[in-house]
Amino acid sequence: MEFKTYSSPHLPVANNVAVMMQRVLLALLPGTICAFWIFGWGVIFNILLAGITALAAEAAILRLRNRPAFTTLRDGSALVTAVLLALALPPLAPWWIPVIGSLFAIVIAKQLYGGLGYNPFNPAMAGYVVLLISFPLELTLWSAPGAHLNFLDTLALVFTGQLPVGQSLDTITQATPMDSIKTRLGLSETLSEIHGSPLFGHFAGAGWEWINLWFLLGGLWLLQMKVIQWHIPAGMLGGLAAIALVFYAINPDIFSTPLFQLFSGAAMLGAFFIATDPVSACTTPRGRIYYGIGIGLLTYIIRTWGGYPDGVAFAVLLMNLAAPTIDHYTRPRVFGHGDRE
Amino acid sequence: MADSGASFKRRQQPASFGRLHTFHGGLQLPGHCEVTAALPVSSAGIPPILVLPLQQHIGAPAECRVRPGDHVCKGQTIATAPGPISVPVHASSSGTVIAVEKRPVPHPSGLQAECIVIETDGRDSRQQADHAAIDYRHTEPAGLCELIQQAGIVGLGGAGFPTRVKLCNRSQRIELLLINAVECEPYISCDNRLLQERAAEVVEGVRILRHTVQPDVCIIAIEDHMPAAEQALRAALDAVNEPDISVTRVPDIYPSGGERQLIKILTGREVPSQGYPADIGIICQNVGTAAAVYDAVVRRQPLLSRIVTVTGDGVAQPQNMDVLLGTPVSHLIATAGGYTEDVERLLIGGPMMGYTAHTDSVPVIKTSNCVLAVTREEMPAPPPAQPCIRCAKCTDVCPAELLPQQLYWYARSNNYDAAQDYELFDCIECGCCAYVCPSHIPLVQYYRHAKAEIWTQEIQKKVSDTARSRHEAKQQRLARIKQERAERMSRKKQALSGDSGNKDAKQAAIQAALDRVKHKQKLAGTVPKNIDNLTVEQQRLIDAADRRRQQQHPGNKTTD
Repeated sequence: MEFKTYSSPHLPVANNVAVMMQRVLLALLPGTICAFWIFGWGVIFNILLAGITALAAEAAILRLRNRPAFTTLRDGSALVTAVLLALALPPLAPWWIPVIGSLFAIVIAKQLYGGLGYNPFNPAMAGYVVLLISFPLELTLWSAPGAHLNFLDTLALVFTGQLPVGQSLDTITQATPMDSIKTRLGLSETLSEIHGSPLFGHFAGAGWEWINLWFLLGGLWLLQMKVIQWHIPAGMLGGLAAIALVFYAINPDIFSTPLFQLFSGAAMLGAFFIATDPVSACTTPRGRIYYGIGIGLLTYIIRTWGGYPDGVAFAVLLMNLAAPTIDHYTRPRVFGHGDRE
Repeated sequence: MADSGASFKRRQQPASFGRLHTFHGGLQLPGHCEVTAALPVSSAGIPPILVLPLQQHIGAPAECRVRPGDHVCKGQTIATAPGPISVPVHASSSGTVIAVEKRPVPHPSGLQAECIVIETDGRDSRQQADHAAIDYRHTEPAGLCELIQQAGIVGLGGAGFPTRVKLCNRSQRIELLLINAVECEPYISCDNRLLQERAAEVVEGVRILRHTVQPDVCIIAIEDHMPAAEQALRAALDAVNEPDISVTRVPDIYPSGGERQLIKILTGREVPSQGYPADIGIICQNVGTAAAVYDAVVRRQPLLSRIVTVTGDGVAQPQNMDVLLGTPVSHLIATAGGYTEDVERLLIGGPMMGYTAHTDSVPVIKTSNCVLAVTREEMPAPPPAQPCIRCAKCTDVCPAELLPQQLYWYARSNNYDAAQDYELFDCIECGCCAYVCPSHIPLVQYYRHAKAEIWTQEIQKKVSDTARSRHEAKQQRLARIKQERAERMSRKKQALSGDSGNKDAKQAAIQAALDRVKHKQKLAGTVPKNIDNLTVEQQRLIDAADRRRQQQHPGNKTTD
C-alpha cells in the first residue's frame, strides 16, 4: 500500500495566528467597553472607521501585490492594528483622523515593508504618531469622562463637525489628566494642588484609571492564555514604575506617583497590547526584558520632560529601532555550549 | 512494605545525583499510549518474507556473506561488520536467501538500500548447538563487549549507534550508567511494555552493562506515568536484591527521553555540543538495549527481534508486538487486524520525530520502535504556512536553547554562515518549534534542508580544496623542474664557456667527459666509437672549428 509523505512533526499544530489575534481582540474588549462607558460613542466610531479602513486598505494592497487577500485578512492582524490605533485616538476626533491613521498604518507602515511579519515598526503606533505630529489640535478632542454626548450628537460632530445646539467645543471636551498636569506644572502649581481637580480619581486620572485597570486584566488573561510572554509587559511596567519611584522620592511635588504613571494614558494598553506586538519587538528572552524596560523608561522621560503629554507611542517606535541590535547582543547560550552562569 | 519503602527512598536519592533538574522549553503532549500500554505484547509471527537491510545502524553498512539460494538458520550471521563502527546482521528466522538487492527501507529519504531477502520456511530452526550461557561476573568487560558486538546490538531507542562503540571506546572513567526508559513521544509504549513483561531480564541486562562499564552510579530513568512498569521494575530489583541500581521518575515533558535532555534532568550537566555523554563521564543506554544485552550474554542469542508499538487510528487493533527484524510493516499491520478505512499516513517512529514511509513494504529494523498508521482526522495535512510573526514561541519551547525564528530566517534566505553562527547543528530536530508555530511554518524541514545544504557545500568545498591543492602542487613542481633545468644549464655554461679563455680547463673538461665515457664503455665491454682514437689531424680540425666559433661569438657557449 502506498502512502503520502510529510515532514515531521506530525502532531496537529497547536497554535494559529488568527486565533492569537482573536484572543488579542477579545482581551481588548473589557478595556474598550470601559472606554465606551467613559468617553461615549466616539470610541466605537473610531474603532469602526479605523477597522473598515484597515481591512479595505489591506485588501487593496494585497491585490496590488498579487497576494491572496481573503486568507491574509482572516489572520486578523489588520483589525488588531486598527483597534489599537482607534483606542489611542480621542473620541471626538473628526472621521478622517482614524481613516488617515489607519491608512498610514496599514499601507505605509505595514504593507510597503512586506506585510505581516516584515514591518520594522509597530504599525498602529506609526499611524498614531503621524496623526499626533500632523494634527495636534484634533488629537486633543477628548470628551469629559462620564459626561459624553449621545449617539446622534456624536455622529454629527464626528462626520460633519457640527456641534450640538448651545454647546461649544470647550464645553464638551476636556484636557486629559496628563495634559493638565503638564500645563499646570508649567504654571508652578504643585501636584497635590493639581490632584484636587475633578479630573483626578482615586489613584490616577478619573475614568482613565478604570480603563487602564481593565486593559491590565485583559493583558493578564493574554498572559495566562500564553498569547504573550511576561518579559515585555514586566519590563515596561517595571521600568516605568522604577524610574517614577526614583523621581517621586526626589520631589513628590512635581513628579507623580508610580501608581499614577502605571494607570495613566496608554500605559497598560501599551504594556500588554502594543509593546508586545511580536513583529517589531525583540525576540530573545533577555532582549524582550531590555526592550520592555527601554519602553518604560522612554515613556516616563517623554511624559515628564518631552513635548507631549504621553510617550508610549514614541517610546515603542524608538525601541523598535533598537530591537535588532538588542537581539544581536542578547543571544541565549545554546545547550551544551560553555558554562551556565 | 516498610522495607520496600525504605529501599524506595534510598533509590530515589542516589549519592551524587539527588535532585532532578529541568531543561529549557519542551512540551506537554497528549499521551495517546494508554491502550497499547495496557495490552500484552503479542507475537507478530514469522512472515513469509524477511527483508534485512545491510544498514540498520549508524556507521558503515554490513557486508553481505550469503548468496541467493543459500539456506540460512535462525541466528546465523548473514552480513559482517566491515569496520569498528558497524555491526553484523543475523538471519532472524530460517529459510532461503532469495535475493540480495535494493529494496525500500525505513529511512526519511524514502530511498532504497541493499537488503538481504529471505524466504522463510516456517521451521524457525536454529544453528546446530547453542553456546552455553556465560557468567558475566567472571568475564572481562572486553569479552562482553565482543559478545555484544557479535550479537549485532545497537541502541534500540532510535539512533542505532553500535553499542560496543559506546561501551568500550572511551578514555574517561564513567560516573553514571543511565538506562533510558523514558518514552516521551506520544503513542509509543514499547519500552513500557518491555518493563512490564521482562523486568527481570532488563535488570539482568543492566547488571551486565554495569559490569562492562564499571560506573560509580547506575540509574534507570522512567516516565512519571508508568506506574505498572515502575512496579515491575522495582519488584525485579528487589527479587535479585539489587539496591545499587536506582529507579528515578522524570516528568513527562517532551523531549525528556532525548539523551542530552535526560542527562540534564538527572545530573544538571550538559553534554558538550558536538560531544558525547562519555565526555562528561556518562553512558546512556536504552532499556531495550539492556534486554538485548541480556539475550546476547545469557541466552547467547543475537539481536533477532524487538518490541514495536503498532498503533494509531489507522490500524484496527493497536498493540505492542514482538517482531522479527526484517518483517515487512504490511505483515505487522495485517497481524494487527489491518488498516481502518480512512488511513492516510504511515509513520515509522513517533509523531514528533518519526518519518513517513511511502510504502508499507519497508521492514522493521533494529531502530524501529513504533509503526504509526494515522487517519486524516488524527493528523490532518499541515495548513499552509504564513509569514513568521517573530512571536518567539519557538524560542520558548526549544530544548536546545536556540533561536528557531532566526535559524528559519537564515535558512530561508540561504544564509548558511549565519545559520551556523546561530548553532544550527545543535538542533536535535525534536519538532517542538514547528508544533507551537502559529504560522504553521515547517521549521524542522527548513533546518534539515539547511543542514543538508551545508554538508553538501562542505563536501564540494573539500573536493575543490583537494583539486586546488593538487593544481598548486603541480604548478610548484613544474616551476621547480624549470628552475632546476635552468640551474643545470647555467652550471654547464659556466663549466664550458664561462672559463672560455682557459683552454686547458676546457680541454680537461672534455678529457674528463671522454674518460667517463671510456670508463663506462670499458665497464660495458663495448667497442669505442667515433671520438675515440682520433688522429692528430682530426683533433686539429675539431680544435680549429672550436676556435673559429669562439672568435665569431665570443660570449656564446659551445654547441651542445
